[in-house]
Amino acid sequence: MTDVDAVIVRAHHEEWARVVASLARRFGDLDVAEEMAGEAFAIAVERWPVDGVPPNPGAWLTTTANRKAIDRFRREAKRKEKHKEAMMLSDVLEPVGPIDDDRLRLVFTCCHPALAMEARVALTLRMVGGLTVSEIARAFLVQEAAMGQRITRAKAKIKATKIPYRVPSGEDLPTRVTGALAVLYLIFNEGYLASDPAKEPVRSDLTAEAIRLTRLVCDLMPADGEVAGLLALMLLTEARRTARVSESGELVTLDEQDRGAWDGTLIAEGHALVRARLASGQVPGRYQILAAINAVHTDAGDLRETDWPQIVALYDQLARLDPSPIVRLNRAIAVAELDGPQVALAEIEGLPLEGYHSFHATRAHLLRRLGRDEESRAAYDRALGLAGNTAEAASLIRRRDQLGGR
Amino acid sequence: MAQYLISVLTDSPNLASVEEAAAIDVFNEHLQARGHWVFAGGLGSPDTATVIDGRDGEAVLTDGPFVETKEYVAGFWIIEAPDLDVALQLATQGSTHCNRRVELRPILSE
Repeated sequence: MTDVDAVIVRAHHEEWARVVASLARRFGDLDVAEEMAGEAFAIAVERWPVDGVPPNPGAWLTTTANRKAIDRFRREAKRKEKHKEAMMLSDVLEPVGPIDDDRLRLVFTCCHPALAMEARVALTLRMVGGLTVSEIARAFLVQEAAMGQRITRAKAKIKATKIPYRVPSGEDLPTRVTGALAVLYLIFNEGYLASDPAKEPVRSDLTAEAIRLTRLVCDLMPADGEVAGLLALMLLTEARRTARVSESGELVTLDEQDRGAWDGTLIAEGHALVRARLASGQVPGRYQILAAINAVHTDAGDLRETDWPQIVALYDQLARLDPSPIVRLNRAIAVAELDGPQVALAEIEGLPLEGYHSFHATRAHLLRRLGRDEESRAAYDRALGLAGNTAEAASLIRRRDQLGGR
Repeated sequence: MAQYLISVLTDSPNLASVEEAAAIDVFNEHLQARGHWVFAGGLGSPDTATVIDGRDGEAVLTDGPFVETKEYVAGFWIIEAPDLDVALQLATQGSTHCNRRVELRPILSE
């Protein structure tokens, strides 16, 4: 790759969202914004190697894309006066939200609750992340044409229903932020533990993209504790990624991971974020508590050194916010380390999680520790029947086959 | 300003109760006071529908709705709102007041 190529790749990473967002605001049309941003980058690929890289690549790209859009509207305006009116309207009506940045508007538009979750994910990766339709299609194992249609349909709905291009105002903001963070966390989790057996078990492309987008939202909304919490949670999870799958492609659980292989830089950044949240004295939300739990895990030299009372206390705090059976299941895993498998097993029996592979895997591990091999084997089989991730299945099979013979 | 259709969905033949009717009146007045009101109405049950096909000049009439469904549209509002977020808020209030699910769709302006 030449130096100019590298500059273009970096500009694409750093400037795509800004170019799309400013065009979307100016012209009130995501289609135009996406297309003209694409054209501006295509022109850069042609011109920069010849003319040299402009001193401010971002400004150059935005100006070029703007000019292209105006050219196009002029051509169309000759045929259709209406477009000119549309162009005039966009800046005037918008009430300004508490935080104002075009890229943030773009995030909230792409993550609007009137769009289906899968549409939000695809649109966010395309419009904010700058991934191509074929990259997104590959990431989610969907035909490219189908993914293209999903994105086109979402853009058409935004246009027809007039989903506003703005940062939600005060009272709506917390739920809308929660909704946007759910999209980012879903992208991260799909990379971290792919749900489909045909996919690579861990896809660093998606986790890296989710972190990049969350970092962007965090820069734009530095005062929001949950955004910082989600970023910390992702960093502390990502730090363990390479230790999490063995060379033979098997998922390695926390107790067996080589902690020396964890990424110290990511852990340091995650810990700093968690400390900053604690120092703020504000009541933490879900992601901040999950980040704190992961901070405790990554603070320990090995499993026995882990501050389990602290982890159980954090899960108690989480359960008060979110009394879901999954939180109780995860709490029980910590309880097993603190009070033993018998107590933990009693806490999870009867949870309404029959269709959830982790429930059966957790039961299997606890039953195994209690020496109830037959019941454990049955639970491993149930978990295997439900687990979609290949690395996880490999780990479950090994543990099941280590049980005493029948 | 854009216009939206809020359709009221129901699967029961019962008309609005007295309480529901009163709540709907309150919502209608709210729409009018805030400049969102365009039009609204309740519909006769699907039994009362007639399907008309006049595409060949002479009308062919069919007794009953064009499609038999468990749920049907019992009434509607046409509202005016600057964008979907406002329309969603109004549709939510409409659903609460009439005590039924509603569907929100934009009316195309061009």
